[in-house]
Amino acid sequence: MFKKDISAGAKSKVKSSAQRAIRTKVVETYPLLAPHIDEIIPKKSQLDLLKLPDRVSLYALDNEPLFWQHMDDPIIPHLRVVHAFPTCFSRIGIDRGAIRFVLSGATLMAPGLTSKGGRLPESDAELQEGEVVVIEAEGKEEACLVGQLKMGTKEIKEKNKGAVIDSGHYLGDGLWKLTID
Amino acid sequence: MAENSSAETPSTEPQARKVTYCGVCTLPPEYCEFGGTAKKCKEWLENEYPDMHERLYSEVIISHILILHRTAAVAATLSTLSIDAQKRAQKDSAKKEAKAAQQEKRAAEDKAAAKVLIKRVERNKRKYVTAVSGLEAHGLDLKKVAKEWGKKFATGSSVTKTASGSEEVVVQGDNSDEIYDWVADVGNVPEDNIELIEDKKKKGG
Ligand SMILES: [Zn+2]
Repeated sequence: MFKKDISAGAKSKVKSSAQRAIRTKVVETYPLLAPHIDEIIPKKSQLDLLKLPDRVSLYALDNEPLFWQHMDDPIIPHLRVVHAFPTCFSRIGIDRGAIRFVLSGATLMAPGLTSKGGRLPESDAELQEGEVVVIEAEGKEEACLVGQLKMGTKEIKEKNKGAVIDSGHYLGDGLWKLTID
Repeated sequence: MAENSSAETPSTEPQARKVTYCGVCTLPPEYCEFGGTAKKCKEWLENEYPDMHERLYSEVIISHILILHRTAAVAATLSTLSIDAQKRAQKDSAKKEAKAAQQEKRAAEDKAAAKVLIKRVERNKRKYVTAVSGLEAHGLDLKKVAKEWGKKFATGSSVTKTASGSEEVVVQGDNSDEIYDWVADVGNVPEDNIELIEDKKKKGG
C-alpha cells in the first residue's frame, strides 16, 4: 500500500464523537487491544486525521501515526503500535528467505508461510480471508508486515501458492518513513 | 513486554513495549541488514546499545570465523552481513570457487595436451634451423628462451611470428636434440608432450 514515499496531506482534528467511534472500531477489530485502548488513544486526547494518497486515512496522536484505513477496509495499526502490543494481534510467520522480499514491497506469497521457517495457525484457529494479520519473521523478534489476508490460512496451506498480502504496511515503507509535523 | 497484561486486569501502568529502533535506518536493529546502510547501522548500535549489538552480531561473528577458513578475502567483506546475506554470499563464493577450480582443471588439461614441436628445417643444403613452437602453453617466456638458447648454442636465436599468427623460437643450426633435452629438463615439459619433427622433404639430399 505504501511502496512509494508519501507525504501527508492536510491534517485535521478528529471530532470527539468520531474519535469515540474510532476507539470502538479498533477494539471491535482487535479485541485484545481493549485493555490498552486508553493507553493508545487516551479518552481526553486529540486525534488528528491525515489524508494520504490512494484514499488512505491516517489517524495520528501527537504526530505519531497509530492506525490507517483504506476506504472501508478494516482499520489497521501502524507497525510501531504492533511492536508496542504484539500479542494483541493475529500473527503468522514467514521464513527468513521471504523477509527481504517483504521489505522491498513485494506481494507476500504462500510458500513464504508454508515452508519450514514459516508459521501458520493450527487447524482449530484458522484465519479467514479479509482478516488483518501481523507478519512476524523467522529469527526476528519484531513484526515486519501488517495487512489484510487475501486468502484464508486453510487455503494457504492447501494451495501453497498465490498472493497472501499485497497491500500491507511493511517495515521501511512510505508509511513507516512518514514524518508528521 | 505486553505478554503478561490480561483483559481482566487493565493496568494504569503503561503496557506498551519500548522497542529500540535504529538511529540510522529507523528499523528495529535486527532488520538493519536489509537496508543499504548496514555498516553505519552496526556502528551506531555498537555505540548506543552495545549489549544488543553483541547479541545481534555474535551469530554473525561465528559464521564470519568459519568463512575466514574458507577465503579470507571474501570474509573481510562479510563482517556486517547477516547470516542470511552471508549464506547467499557463501553460495556465491562457493560458485566462484567452483568456477575457478573448473578453469584451473581446464588449464591443466590444456597444458597436458599442449605439444611442444621441435622442427628441424633444412634451409639450404646441410643448413638447418630449428623452430620450436608451443612453449608458451607450458609457461615459458619465448624471449627469455630465445636469448638463453642463443647463448647456450652460440648461435642466432629469435622469436618469430609464424604464418598462423602464433610465435615460435627459431634457432640457427640443427640443435633439435639439445633443445629436446632442454625443454624436458629445464623447461619441465613432460616428454610425452615434446615432439621432434624432421622436415623430411629434403632429407637425403
Ligand atoms: Zn539500521
